[in-house]
Amino acid sequence: MKNTLFLGALACTALTAGVAGAATLDEVKARGTLNCGVTTGVPGFAEPDANGVWQGFDVAVCRAVAAAVLSDPNAVEFVPTTGKTRFTALASGEIDMLARNTTWTFSRDVDLKFEFTGVNYYDGQGFMAPKDLGVTSAKELDGATVCIQTGTTTELNLADFFRANGISYEPVPIETGAEAVQQYNAGACDVYTTDASALAAQRANFEDPAAHVIMPEIISKEPLGPLVRHGDNEWADIVRWTLNALITAEELGVTSANLNELAAGSDNPEINRLLGTEGDLGGMLGLDADWAERAIGVAGNYGEIFEKNIGESTPIGLARGLNAQWTDGGLLYSPPFR
Amino acid sequence: MSDTQAQTVAFVRETEIPPSPPPIREAGAVKWVRENLFSGWFNTIMTLVALYIILRIVIGVFPWFFNGVWDAGSIRECRDILEGATGACFAVLVDRWDHLLFGFNYPQDAYWRPTLAFVLLILAAVPALFYMYVPSKFLIGTALYPFLAYWLLWGGTLWLPIAVLAAIILTGVVFRLVESMTVSTRTIVAGIVGLVAGVGLAYLLYLGAKELWFISTSIGTGGAFAGLMSLVFKAFSIFTYVFFIPMGIFVGYAIYQSASDGGLVTLVTSLLAIALMMLYAVGPVSGVLNGIIPIELAAVESRQMGGFMLCMMLGAVCVSLSIPLGIVLALGRQSSMPLIKGVCIVFIEFVRGVPLITLLFVANVMLAYFFPPGSGLDLFLRVVIMITMFSAAYIAEVIRGGLAALPKGQYEAADSLGLNYAQATRLIILPQALKISIPGIVNVAVGLFKDTTLVSVISMFDIVGMIRGPIQQSTDWISIYWEPYLFAATCFFIVCYSISQYSQWLERQLQTDHH
Amino acid sequence: MTTLADQPVTASNESFKLSMLLNDTRYRSLTFQFIALVAIIAFMAFVGGNLVRNLTEAGLNISYAFLGEPSGYDINQRPIEYDSQSSHGRAAVVGLLNTLIVAFLACVTATIFGVIAGVLRLSNNWIVSKLMSFYVEIFRNVPVLIWILIIFSVMINVAPSPRDFRGDDAVASMWLFDSIAVTNRGVYLPKPVMGDGSMIVLAVFALSVIGIFAFRNYARKQLFDHGRMVPVFWPSIGLFFIPAILTQFVLGNPITLSYPSLQGFNFRGGITILGSLIALWFALAIYTGAFIAENVRAGIQAISKGQTEAAAALGLRPNRIMSLVVLPQALRVIIPPLISQYLNITKNSSLAIAVGYMDVTGTLGGITLLQTGRAIETILLLMAFYLTVSLLISFFMNVFNNRMKLQER
Repeated sequence: MKNTLFLGALACTALTAGVAGAATLDEVKARGTLNCGVTTGVPGFAEPDANGVWQGFDVAVCRAVAAAVLSDPNAVEFVPTTGKTRFTALASGEIDMLARNTTWTFSRDVDLKFEFTGVNYYDGQGFMAPKDLGVTSAKELDGATVCIQTGTTTELNLADFFRANGISYEPVPIETGAEAVQQYNAGACDVYTTDASALAAQRANFEDPAAHVIMPEIISKEPLGPLVRHGDNEWADIVRWTLNALITAEELGVTSANLNELAAGSDNPEINRLLGTEGDLGGMLGLDADWAERAIGVAGNYGEIFEKNIGESTPIGLARGLNAQWTDGGLLYSPPFR
Repeated sequence: MSDTQAQTVAFVRETEIPPSPPPIREAGAVKWVRENLFSGWFNTIMTLVALYIILRIVIGVFPWFFNGVWDAGSIRECRDILEGATGACFAVLVDRWDHLLFGFNYPQDAYWRPTLAFVLLILAAVPALFYMYVPSKFLIGTALYPFLAYWLLWGGTLWLPIAVLAAIILTGVVFRLVESMTVSTRTIVAGIVGLVAGVGLAYLLYLGAKELWFISTSIGTGGAFAGLMSLVFKAFSIFTYVFFIPMGIFVGYAIYQSASDGGLVTLVTSLLAIALMMLYAVGPVSGVLNGIIPIELAAVESRQMGGFMLCMMLGAVCVSLSIPLGIVLALGRQSSMPLIKGVCIVFIEFVRGVPLITLLFVANVMLAYFFPPGSGLDLFLRVVIMITMFSAAYIAEVIRGGLAALPKGQYEAADSLGLNYAQATRLIILPQALKISIPGIVNVAVGLFKDTTLVSVISMFDIVGMIRGPIQQSTDWISIYWEPYLFAATCFFIVCYSISQYSQWLERQLQTDHH
Repeated sequence: MTTLADQPVTASNESFKLSMLLNDTRYRSLTFQFIALVAIIAFMAFVGGNLVRNLTEAGLNISYAFLGEPSGYDINQRPIEYDSQSSHGRAAVVGLLNTLIVAFLACVTATIFGVIAGVLRLSNNWIVSKLMSFYVEIFRNVPVLIWILIIFSVMINVAPSPRDFRGDDAVASMWLFDSIAVTNRGVYLPKPVMGDGSMIVLAVFALSVIGIFAFRNYARKQLFDHGRMVPVFWPSIGLFFIPAILTQFVLGNPITLSYPSLQGFNFRGGITILGSLIALWFALAIYTGAFIAENVRAGIQAISKGQTEAAAALGLRPNRIMSLVVLPQALRVIIPPLISQYLNITKNSSLAIAVGYMDVTGTLGGITLLQTGRAIETILLLMAFYLTVSLLISFFMNVFNNRMKLQER
């Protein structure tokens, strides 16, 4: 079939006029699956398990959107992308949304013409060093050799940080976390820098985690979130509010345990609006009334997803920190459902 | 002397004395060791150095290998079992065995399909590899293999590959039919085909001219270069506008004219036939047939394939596709027509001059822009296109070597028999040139097969991509390093070593001269 | 192009028929080429039109303006001045030079490895020849990417880290009277510091090198004209070292060495050869060396046995037979495949990023591409660069090959 398509494409030099990009929502519904761009693997955030089923924190967002739109959390085609290919994949329409540890920056939003639909993890670039190096602050790293995991804004932040502090360093750019850890453990670099979440994940799996310290400086803001193409606001709304629904659900105490009970109706009007027993928020999105119920039903609310994939009980062992609800001193603050 | 002897000898030995055993240092293992290992101070030093190196490697690797843990669920469990001792964690191979071989996404209940395809590949390769011992009728099996393998790997209905096969066979029938027609019948066919081809070509060229104009207007005028390019495209466009009707008429007429000797009309008719069948007949026919007698396997998409299987697939598909393309390029490079020769040289030298990795980047991020919007070729197909182009250029050079090695007399003999170019090439030149080129082609194939690991750079999950991505980045096997790479190296070594041994054997077989 | 344009003129000529364009060999090839030209233009129209349309739809354009913008990232090996405020274009040039450096080093080393392994593989010493076969087979049959990853990892795990040099009970120590430090971050060598009068020392050194060549010429002349063997080796060595060292002494040590020493996190002072460069260099050299070894072996075996026997009959010793009779002849067979191995090294050096070496694929095709998102532009530049380098290498090697060819009279 592929061959015939290809021959067809070649044979008809017939230059079909550019098909105006149909609405993504209709396309997804017609296709029956959601094409979701993820990483090629970041522990806890997106990784296929031994059975080949994608698991992780970013993956959960994809599944929630699929559940909201297609009523099936498994109707997702996960498209692994690298740092190089992720934007091309999204721009060319190969994927409908990208949930891949992507930092929300001005130029990506404006210049590359994407729409960030929110933040599902507040990260920042940190440093890790062996304890016996005796370094307590990143500002003492003058002349150090620094392992950098390339592919994100890491190099730029690092260059800016050292420049701003007037100290020098030797960069060792490395493609994958595994190779960076090899180098770091062999002492080929003094410090290892990447997103603090990845540092914590790697450290938790060292032979002796206590022998390494993560320094207090977080040298960048890395709001990571799902993004879609510019120009299709209906679709962007769906992704944005699905994420918000997960966050709001935690704030309102809607969990996978009490979801069915609350979906029958409750005393809290916002819960009712969220779960579709009051108002018609789903209709406004072009979905049905219990879209959010389905999204939350996949793996619970934001807090539950966090705990299950990257929380302190997992080998990744991340604390909520900035990613706690605003009521708990974190930054998670979903606009109200009304 | 002689007579004294004859008289004085009291005893004449009648049997020969058995040879006394050679001195111990000149016999058996000792001699072998002396001659091969310690003949002279230089050799002795070399031997000692070599032994030292081997010893160091064994001492370094042995405990790690011997202490290996084969049964654990994660790298943390492995460490617990080892309790700080040196040792490998081979458990990752057990745990992710399927992923390493088939990728993480291939349906688990369908693993038998690639396995069967692999076994059949070996069976199908035998008649081609050992053509001198196997009756040539077994080659039919080899020819059928791609269709069967396509069905096994990608699934879907068996009728699709069968329909494609039927289309190809039908094209062959058409070819023979037109070739064997009487001239008067063929004139009618040539007239119809010439008309269709002429009109079709003119239409395509008209579209092309329009397209060129469109390009020239949208390049923009920023800068001298853009202005120049715009002018160039305008010139091309005008050129095409002027010539699209004469070209159509001319080609149609040429086909009509060729009715007498049959060369062109046969070719064009066959091409038209296969194009039409592929576009309009294969899909519906296979659909209908599947409706009547459904023979189906669950469809698997190419992006679900991975692991070592993906390397094998890319290697096999690209090499087999690139051989015909390579032949065409090699012949083109030998051509006496400057334009065709130039195009072939530019293509070959360009492809050979850039690293495969940049071509893969092209496949990944650029190629999509070259196809009509929304045609959405999948990554596998794009990569196959680029790798095929890549290996075709190398194979073309190997075949060019083969062509150059043929004595000039072969070409002259073909000419003097009155064969035309196509006949001479098909019957005399290529069979000999290809035979000389086989070892070279096998070497290119091995190189290409190894290069398939580069697709890991563009987020495809071949065995290296599988290791660097989903395995090293999984919570269970985070940052495991040596064991999976060693496994990948072993897989490649087994396959490549066997192929290169075969190639050397073949080279000896083909070497009939003594120098 | 001309055939049809000329048509009205020639058509009036009675001797010309349209069918001659097909059937007459004088015109037929022109016809075919014309059709090919039209096909190429049509193909360009197809591809170009799609490109323009797709770019417009995605709201992109082709622009190389990003090359002038500040890059914002640092590079660890800088053959020319560069910092994070330099432009992307400069970063590309740095990467380009790095590619050339590693390719050059690897070509030289791979040739040495290859010749040694190829010769030793034919050695009478069983264990050595088997070891060499093992080396050749195991490297030839495993992908270079895997080798690069493995060799790099071996290197960083085997060599000591700078931390090991620290303290009183340091586990590692420097080599050659504390002048060379071998660490897993790189090798640190003493750096010559030019004082007053160092130019004179350098000039003397240059003169003595010229002197060596003159002396060798003289020796050869003596050998050919008068049949006298003038010893060459030891005088050359003496000429190489003694005058320069004497001048250095007489002028009171104008050239001094600055030794690397452990300061802070790293060794400083002296010349640094980065670990990633060494790893990539050796990985490429060992890998390609295995292929060259095969070429060398084939070349040697292509030399008829009679040559060896004739040389032996003349009384030459085995190693002289190899270096004076067999290898020079084998070279003619070896050089053409050697060219393509050099090209392969250059192309394979694009895997540098796997070990963190910033070659042109790592700067222009890596971080710059990621930061600017200009995929088409950067990849085109990248291909243009590799193409140029490859064509230059094959041009020069072909010139060399032609000079080495057997001069047939």
